[in-house]
Amino acid sequence: MSPLEITLRDQTRRHFLGRCGLGLGSIALQSLLQDEGSAAPVRIDPANAMLPRQPPLSAKAKRVIYLFMAGGPSQLELFEDKPRLRELTGQAPPPSLLSGKRFAFLKGTETLLGNTRKFESYGECRMPLSELLPYHRQIVDDVCWLRGMTTDVFNHGPAKLFMNTGFQAPGRPSFGSWATYGLGSEARDLPGFVVLQSGPRGPRGGASLWSSGFLPTAFQGVPFRGQGDPILHLRSPDGLTRDRERRFHDAVTALNRDRFAQTHDPEILTRINAYETAFQMQASAPELMDLSQETAETLSSYGVESGKPSFARNCLLARRLIERGVRFVQLYHTNWDSHGGPGENLNADFEKVVHDVDQSSAALILDLKQRGLLDDTLVIWGGEFGRTPMGEVRATIGRDHHVDAFTLWLAGGGVKAGHIHGTTDELGFGPVEGKVHVHDLHATLLHLLGFDHEQLTYRIQGRDYRLTDVHGHVVSEILK
Amino acid sequence: MSVVAPPLVRWMASVFALGILATTALGADRIRFNEQIRPLLSDRCFACHGPDGKRREADLRLDLRDHAVGDADGPLAIVPGSPDKSPLWERITSTDPDLQMPPASAKKPKFTPAELALIRRWIEEGAEYEGHWAFLPLKSTVPPSVALPTRNPIDAFVRAKLVAIGLAPSPPADRATLLRRVTLDLTGLLPSPEEVLAFVQDPHEDAYERVVDRLLASPQYGERWGRHWLDQARYADSSGYAIDAPRDMWPYRDWVIDALNRDLPFDQFTIEQLAGDLLPNATKSQVMATAFHRNTLINQEGGSDREQFRVEATMDRVNTTGAVWLGLTVGCAQCHTHKFDPITQREYYELLAFFNSAQDANDRGPAIEVRRGEVFGNPEVFPAEPTPLPKEELARLRAAWEQTTRERLAAVATTPVMTVWSPVKYGTLQTESKSGGFQRQDDNSLLYDRRGSGNERFLIELSTELPTVAAVRLRLLTHDDLPKGGPGTAGNGNFVLTDFTIRVSDQKQMIARAFADHEQPGFPIPSAIDGDATTGWAINVGPGSTARMNANHEATFVLAKPLLLNGRSMTVELAHGLNKNYLIGRFALDVTSTVPDERKPDDQALLAALQKPDAQRTKEELAALQAAFEKAEPRARPVKKEPNPHIAQLMVMRDQPEPRETYIFTRGDFTRPDKDAGKLSAGVLSAVAPALPDATSPRTRLDLARWLVHPDNPLTPRVTVNRIWMRYFGRGLVETEEDFGTQGTPPSHHELLDWLSREFQRQGWSQKRLHRLIVLSETYQQSSRERPELTERDPRNLLLARQQRLRLEAEITRDAALSASGLLNVVLGGPSVFPPQPDGVYAFTQVNKSWPTETGPQRFRRTLYTFYYRSAPYPLFTTFDAPDFQATCTRRLRSNTPLQALTMANDVVFLELAQGLALRLAIECPDGLDRRIARAVMLCFGRPATKVETQVLNDYVTAQVADFTKDPSAAEKLLTPALRAKLPAAEAASLVLLARTLFNADNFITRE
Repeated sequence: MSPLEITLRDQTRRHFLGRCGLGLGSIALQSLLQDEGSAAPVRIDPANAMLPRQPPLSAKAKRVIYLFMAGGPSQLELFEDKPRLRELTGQAPPPSLLSGKRFAFLKGTETLLGNTRKFESYGECRMPLSELLPYHRQIVDDVCWLRGMTTDVFNHGPAKLFMNTGFQAPGRPSFGSWATYGLGSEARDLPGFVVLQSGPRGPRGGASLWSSGFLPTAFQGVPFRGQGDPILHLRSPDGLTRDRERRFHDAVTALNRDRFAQTHDPEILTRINAYETAFQMQASAPELMDLSQETAETLSSYGVESGKPSFARNCLLARRLIERGVRFVQLYHTNWDSHGGPGENLNADFEKVVHDVDQSSAALILDLKQRGLLDDTLVIWGGEFGRTPMGEVRATIGRDHHVDAFTLWLAGGGVKAGHIHGTTDELGFGPVEGKVHVHDLHATLLHLLGFDHEQLTYRIQGRDYRLTDVHGHVVSEILK
Repeated sequence: MSVVAPPLVRWMASVFALGILATTALGADRIRFNEQIRPLLSDRCFACHGPDGKRREADLRLDLRDHAVGDADGPLAIVPGSPDKSPLWERITSTDPDLQMPPASAKKPKFTPAELALIRRWIEEGAEYEGHWAFLPLKSTVPPSVALPTRNPIDAFVRAKLVAIGLAPSPPADRATLLRRVTLDLTGLLPSPEEVLAFVQDPHEDAYERVVDRLLASPQYGERWGRHWLDQARYADSSGYAIDAPRDMWPYRDWVIDALNRDLPFDQFTIEQLAGDLLPNATKSQVMATAFHRNTLINQEGGSDREQFRVEATMDRVNTTGAVWLGLTVGCAQCHTHKFDPITQREYYELLAFFNSAQDANDRGPAIEVRRGEVFGNPEVFPAEPTPLPKEELARLRAAWEQTTRERLAAVATTPVMTVWSPVKYGTLQTESKSGGFQRQDDNSLLYDRRGSGNERFLIELSTELPTVAAVRLRLLTHDDLPKGGPGTAGNGNFVLTDFTIRVSDQKQMIARAFADHEQPGFPIPSAIDGDATTGWAINVGPGSTARMNANHEATFVLAKPLLLNGRSMTVELAHGLNKNYLIGRFALDVTSTVPDERKPDDQALLAALQKPDAQRTKEELAALQAAFEKAEPRARPVKKEPNPHIAQLMVMRDQPEPRETYIFTRGDFTRPDKDAGKLSAGVLSAVAPALPDATSPRTRLDLARWLVHPDNPLTPRVTVNRIWMRYFGRGLVETEEDFGTQGTPPSHHELLDWLSREFQRQGWSQKRLHRLIVLSETYQQSSRERPELTERDPRNLLLARQQRLRLEAEITRDAALSASGLLNVVLGGPSVFPPQPDGVYAFTQVNKSWPTETGPQRFRRTLYTFYYRSAPYPLFTTFDAPDFQATCTRRLRSNTPLQALTMANDVVFLELAQGLALRLAIECPDGLDRRIARAVMLCFGRPATKVETQVLNDYVTAQVADFTKDPSAAEKLLTPALRAKLPAAEAASLVLLARTLFNADNFITRE
């Protein structure tokens, strides 16, 4: 805990004790910090770290749904039609484009690979989309397309960390942690930062992708499980009904009140709160997961098949989570790592993973829009990097990891709708305009949430850390 | 008032001021630079006017006095004695946006009027600077004499400050609370009710002292304090990043526990971990210690750049060393000269040079074999391994084998037995799961449709026109629809046939022998007729083999006696009990009425080889002969070393003979070495004493380690003592224990910190003596109760007028439950263990992890022995703020969340321990709820229950018994067989809930 937080906690306690005597009044805690003057960028009440907070600047987005396409989707098969690349298929890439570049697996002898997918332009923004994305056609004019994304790192684990935390080694807070650190959460009975996962395996990097790093663990992403109870240890031991559990909680609380009377330690009051929230969560989390409340129409628009874990189901859960006030929902879907090997080819395997996400990604946007939630919900869709214009020869021809240019899209939450930002050269190697580095993306996302990315900081080991490290510029061209 | 005071007057004034400082506790008359001015300048000015030359604006430095007052190059900012003539004063008070400092672009708050007043007075008083306190030598302080009687010097320092502001210390904690506190602090376990009683009733004056000595001497002390050190060593059981494979670092963990238990002096403890391998005549223990810096991550992901991750690990070693011993964030200087602290980028890379020649490069690197228990002086002994046969004996056996084999094969070759195989007629074709089926192919083979279970069992009915059947042949055939075109359904085309059985009229027919044209090493064909579902026949190829897996293969099953079918059908069963989805994909069955001879295509080749003299045999022939010989003669097989989980390959530090060249990396980027700045040699921070003597030979890690513990180095003892203090009071004397630089907080009790540091050195760096000194102080023994006047005067308890209630660490929450339940298994050290954990923890990891849940006593080992996967930590750890061990952790957070409540209440681990405690209560208190409640509270809180607690628990249990009596089936669900045998269900289940309630009380997981 930083000295600042300790101070704040102590001040909180002092006020709390001063105003409320020794009684129990958890509601009184909420307002305490709002009127304290402080130079601090974020004021959190460690006794209830997830209390909703106003950002310092005006915010367009109040919450985030991040659809993380783990493995690195091929922009060249989905969003980038490159006729010239097709013409040059089989030829060596121009050396000027390769000098100084590092790749994960390419040996240097690979040749250019044009895509074989049909593209057409859609919507008023005339965004070219591949035939593999029929449902995306419905949302072209709701989405802001970033075609000049670049990153620094070309291995999965480090690149995913970089995309999530702004740093390629583990140990820094993820974007979701920064967002909840800055804003808290409106959800009282659910975690403020929830992670959902689908696909054949987990994303490389594991829990460090939604870690709170050096921020308090209250801001860590809570992975909901695909099967069984969504939250670990949510279910009471067998044989214990809700009534019995009420009795249990009452007994625990009575013991804690007695201890508080003996010691006057306000930490005990926080624990009493935590137990009450846990008890409520046991009821609210199953209610959240119960999709029978959704209409058949909604279920089929997302493509949810009953009882089957899927990306579609997670998209629908994401909407239900934000409806219940959750601040940040992150979905991971694997496997986009189309090197060309078994299970990872650019043909049927790629088609399957696109099919997994196309319909439900679009349905989510349309559903949010229809419910009036899209205006202040920011949706992000993209992976940790893109794929090379060169083919990579494995069992079939695939593509290697490419850091210099890839596509990511945003929707809602104050970004321009139906806007294309950035173009790449004729072979898709790098952006010729509208380049957006990961740090710039982070700066922009924080801006939309109401933060100056240089001011949302946390001091640890003598340094003020931030999501954008020491970089980042807000991409104002894409703001509404 | 004159603008500049004459030097003599100034000198006298400062002597006078110092005199006051020394004799009174207040001494607030004169501005103290380090406490009052430096933090202001550091925060608002040093980023642009500090040590970092690249970012310096207007060539102005304010961190050094000679620069600020114009005695060095660069503009003058301060005229000592004359604020109004000082440009600094003009700028910081200006309202002109072009002039004012800090400028708006710096996004720093302006100085407040109070701060301005301080700066003005400081300039008036001469603008004297002090070096940063932490870099100055340890003060030789003597404990102040205070009005209150104290026996322990710590109390004198603490009381002096309290007296100065008129606060009284708190009374001592009651004896039971004190015992629970000191037992948890020194061992991480709860005191037993007997220990509590003995201590409470002990009339001797040294009762507490004896308790402390007992605890310090117990092996659990090393486990408790070892864990704190392991946090700093970022110890874990896996390699990190995406693959995160397990590794054997547990001997290092045991080394730490043992080193603390034998009270290895901290200077030696330091030297052995950083450079044990470089000590003259290094012992094995000293080499094991160097695993400290092998706890860095290894990225095993395909396509990783080895050099990139080698550099990453090397930088982590520098940063960890800086944080652990110096309490400095040297990592800031990776990309640029430190903005606030005197650490240049060059110095960072000079430090890095100490570690840059390590042999390991994102791989296992040097490792040594360590047996379980070896660290503690009693290595586990294993059954003797088979010794290879002597050479002569082997040669004799080989010659004999060659002769008999040659004769046998030659005889077979000359008298061939013709086996005529007849195709069968298939009847019903079934699978056990009823969900898969077969497509008949034109060649009388069957293609399995892969719709059944992963361990499907095929039931093939067949008939033949042959009157008798002597053998059945199973042919495995390739097919394009199968993975890799192979005969099997596994991803690589393989299968495992665990059992092949033949039934006629439901009678199992005895199979005498089986042979196949090809066998995977470890999966020979006899395994398919041994009735053991955990062994089977498979067809992958061993290294160096010329055989092919995904080709047609066949196996022949010879019946013990020929079957007379008389028109009956027979049923062949193919079982695949071992791996999931390792099924046979396409096959055909044939029968014969003659007993076939075991003859393999290889036999011809073998015979040819046997008929040549040894010298003429080809390499392939020699290999084939050797393989056949080893198959026939088990004693000839090379002694295979099975990996023994009780023998670790501990990764250790070793330098490569040729040192790597070290350069500054531009912006910390390893692909951009700054060759213009020249090759660097190893060196230490110039701001921290002592200076290293000029090197006559290249400096090594040993030089670095010795510098860290040099008596003149003020940081190592201060940082170490401060961290130990922090564990006892929840906060260090320097609150930012990880930052002793200028951005950190100044010490609350500087004199005490320095006195303890000197005492630590004086007592031979003994950690146990330091612990003893602290826990014997009255300051430590005070009550932790909050007091209204303290809440008002010292809300953060900086002055230590009371103790502090502290939530237990993740491991200790479970250890406490283990000790209360009586189930704790106190075995020391060894490989990490796997207590129960919920399903689905690995749903988010790239590579599924092995978690063989313990079923025996290992289930109840102390929690620090729990296997730690960096990418998917044991959930309890994450929930209760254990670090992720991606980097050094010097201080854990203490959160208080609903997820913790769910864990304590519902985790099966805690429920199991609640059941254990319930059973203990049932046994120890055969009758009476009151006695059981009293005992339970004593076991969990280490003190008698209060009236309220007794009432609450009594009401709860009584209501619960009544409730369960009406619903006995619910009660049953909470019971273990042992509990059920002991008490009526309603009563037993209510006792489980009593235990669960106590585990969930704040008091249980809090050390008061």
